[in-house]
Amino acid sequence: MSIDQSKIRNFCIIAHIDHGKSTLADRIIERTGTLTSREMQAQVLDNMDLERERGITIKSQAVRIIYPAKDGNEYIFNLIDTPGHVDFNYEVSRSLAACDGAILVVDAAQGVEAQTLANVYLALDHDLDVMPVINKIDLPSAQPEAVIQEIEDVIGLPASDAPRISAKTGLNIEEVLEQIVEKIPAPTGDPEAPLKALIFDALYDSYKGVIVFCRIKEGTVKVGDSILMMATKAKSDVTEVGYFGAGQFIPCEELSAGMVGYICAGIKNVRDTRVGDTVTNAMRPCEKPLPGYKKVNSMVYCGMYPADSAKYPDLRDALEKLQINDAALQYEPETSLALGFGFRCGFLGLLHLEIIQERLEREFHLDLVTTAPGVIYKVHKTNGEVIDLTNPSNLPDPSEIDYMEEPVVSAEIMVTSDYVGSIMTLCQERRGVYISLEYLEETRALIKYELPLNEIIYDFFDALKSRSRGYASFDYELKGYERSELVKLDILINREQVDALSFIVFKDSAYERGRKMCEKLKEEIPRHLFEIPIQAAVGGKVIARETVKAMRKDVLAKCYGGDITRKRKLLEKQKEGKKRMRQVGSVEIPQEAFMSVLKLDED
Amino acid sequence: MGRQRMELYIHIPFCVKKCRYCDFLSFPADESSQEAYVKALRKELAFYGEQYPQRELSTIYIGGGTPSWLTERQMASILEQVYHSFSVDSGAEISIECNPGTITDHKFSVYRKSGINRLSIGLQSANNEELKLLGRIHTYEQFLKTYEMARGHGFSNINIDLMNSLPRQTRETMEASLQKVLRLKPEHISAYSLMIEKGTPFYEEYKFDSVKQQAGMETEILPDEEEVCRITKGTEQILKEAGYDHYEVSNFARPGYACRHNIGYWKREDYLGTGLGAASLIENIRYTNTREFYAYLEEADRLCAGVWRREEEGTVTELPATNLHASVEAVGRKGQIEETMFLGLRMTEGIYRKEFEQTFGVSVESVYGSVLDRLQKEGFLEKREGRIYLTEKGRDLSNYVLAQFLW
Repeated sequence: MSIDQSKIRNFCIIAHIDHGKSTLADRIIERTGTLTSREMQAQVLDNMDLERERGITIKSQAVRIIYPAKDGNEYIFNLIDTPGHVDFNYEVSRSLAACDGAILVVDAAQGVEAQTLANVYLALDHDLDVMPVINKIDLPSAQPEAVIQEIEDVIGLPASDAPRISAKTGLNIEEVLEQIVEKIPAPTGDPEAPLKALIFDALYDSYKGVIVFCRIKEGTVKVGDSILMMATKAKSDVTEVGYFGAGQFIPCEELSAGMVGYICAGIKNVRDTRVGDTVTNAMRPCEKPLPGYKKVNSMVYCGMYPADSAKYPDLRDALEKLQINDAALQYEPETSLALGFGFRCGFLGLLHLEIIQERLEREFHLDLVTTAPGVIYKVHKTNGEVIDLTNPSNLPDPSEIDYMEEPVVSAEIMVTSDYVGSIMTLCQERRGVYISLEYLEETRALIKYELPLNEIIYDFFDALKSRSRGYASFDYELKGYERSELVKLDILINREQVDALSFIVFKDSAYERGRKMCEKLKEEIPRHLFEIPIQAAVGGKVIARETVKAMRKDVLAKCYGGDITRKRKLLEKQKEGKKRMRQVGSVEIPQEAFMSVLKLDED
Repeated sequence: MGRQRMELYIHIPFCVKKCRYCDFLSFPADESSQEAYVKALRKELAFYGEQYPQRELSTIYIGGGTPSWLTERQMASILEQVYHSFSVDSGAEISIECNPGTITDHKFSVYRKSGINRLSIGLQSANNEELKLLGRIHTYEQFLKTYEMARGHGFSNINIDLMNSLPRQTRETMEASLQKVLRLKPEHISAYSLMIEKGTPFYEEYKFDSVKQQAGMETEILPDEEEVCRITKGTEQILKEAGYDHYEVSNFARPGYACRHNIGYWKREDYLGTGLGAASLIENIRYTNTREFYAYLEEADRLCAGVWRREEEGTVTELPATNLHASVEAVGRKGQIEETMFLGLRMTEGIYRKEFEQTFGVSVESVYGSVLDRLQKEGFLEKREGRIYLTEKGRDLSNYVLAQFLW
């Protein structure tokens, strides 16, 4: 069976977060009958529990659907869902490489947002044809005509015939499907040429080994072929090829140029597969690999430790498995005096960190202790050496440090004009350097600032949302490193330094941060039988102190008659409570306390 | 060789009106319910009398609820049943709990005739405002009448229940209340700290304050931790000066008047609990009766011995039980050792090394050596004269200390 390339459309849907991308995908799948309505569940493509709960797309997902078009032909659509959050730009660019076109979903009430632009530029970078769709026209506040004007003005895309739809109610979905046929180009590529397939995702299955998701650019692959991963040089024999049904893998005979599907080749070692690598035929290799993806750099680091230190190997396995389809995740082993063996992990951003943390806990049933996230500092030593510092504990002695640099980002904040003042105040508070303020239209402004990354990784996003009542959108990219006055803030609990609580902070903020940290820890650490001083120190000098008072009274005076069982249960509960604690010296510290630094700006 | 000793507890789950802090198994009930209950209770007593013919009762404790709310005829019939079904030691301590406002002259004389020799009167506070706040049905003056009436009937072993750490209480108001009571020279005083229990009106009112109190924070109406310490320390000191021996966490007695029945609980004597929701310990099996009133009435009517079966991970355990039981649990050797420690250490005199060795065939040190050493080093525990007992500091933080003896 060979499939006519001209009847294939490979596309993705891109949008700002919450503009209805996943809902539109659901509707397309539903209309083309890929799933019966019984199988239909809201957000079909988001098959991680976590994605459904948070209502966001984290991993890219692909599905093949058949569409009988009005021209009488049946078309194969390969739809690839992409994440919308800035942290997952990397995932977006991977899925884009597998597509020939993109549907741009814009909310009819909110119009073009920061992420809309970012995604369009990404798509254009990949030479994709972008086809705008106006969603949520059923909203009372919808202004489809104004939004179309905006798309044409701001993005420069012709949008006058963009379908005006409601993905929620299913209005005008038909028009979207027809335009996909019309406007998204068919793939090209010679099925007879040597195999050249781009890995855009992968997944580990305990029965099949690594399942490689790929877009066939040239050639054909079928069961029995011997394949070669061009970057890792790993060779193996294909045991299965197929395409993506909704939520399931459907085996087929072969995949040829232009198609999107998966390959299983009994690959057990997850390190052999690298997303972005090119798969070719080992017997008849292609000359040059595809360009692949540029390696992404982690921006945010934190320590992750198993709550139960015996689970260290499990954590390592879990990280390894997550990394195969999340190349942006980086990790290396480290040890902490307070927390034992664990990993220093690198992430694209704070949301990425949270997602990984939750996936480790849910999918791998690990109980984790996470330390406060930080960025990579460049430490210039007096001997000329420069080190990339990801773990504050490794900061050299101040006498060996010439100077330090911290990462700075260029941030763009789109906001309605009412909140310009408060957002600028926020940026100033976070050591921002003002670049420009531009009114895109009467009510919308684009604020540009340069901000130290470590000022935005904690709670900048929350602060932004609360100070703009949710109207601000935020995007940033790394600008580079700048020299800065930084110090390491140490925390001493009961006069013992707790390495896992140390963090790097701007010198002038050290006092304030130290004071808040002590206050926070005082709330988090339960009372013990003795008094516990909590101190913040910079370079051995204590700059703030709080005290957890000793427990005075803890008596179960009343014990009704002979009901001993109840008394025993209360004592057992008392003992049980200790289990979620970390013992540091003679003090029990709750695991949550290690994240305290994140919550310093609450209240 | 004497007969094997056993204690008997009889639960009367009725009260005129539920107090606002109370989470005990008690409730108001009409006359016919009370009558039906007494009937069921007598059946239960008769049944167990036959089950344990070789046992002799060393103490009897009638608790509630408010046992004194039952009519004198009902109470007499219960005790008649006890004497009829069990052999009772001639020197047995026989106690009943009474609440002011439910007592009459005639009731006391019937109690005396029925062999009751110890009264436990629920006063809780000598301050009328506090009594009202607690939801008690009586005033201090009414209590005083009851107390004098009791003395008039020749009761020479009387306990007064007091509660401290009440809303708005300070050490000073506590002391005023306590001094009033001391003038009456009761033989025994139970001084409990108020606990805010779920499911009570007090819980709804003070739940936040209670958490603050436990966390050592500033409170609004309840005394804060600091004040609770002053109150309880004050209570202990005043009672000590007045000649009372602080023999258990919350219990104080003049020499020779410690409550034997209660001590039995802490020393793990066998005891039979009868009535709604009552708990028993017999030959290292802990039983609890059903807490459902109508189920109790029905099951008592066709009371029979049977077997409690439980399957856990493939092993089946079978224990002797009856159809009144809602839970049956054998206490294994490990559990017995743990209980011996965490119950025994509630008593000021603590546990006796020799007794432990006699019961378990090994020394306390061989089981708890490191725990004992650590607790001693931390100043919570003392080992002296063949005894192991808690220090004052250990008693203040007894939950922490006792939890250390669980594996």
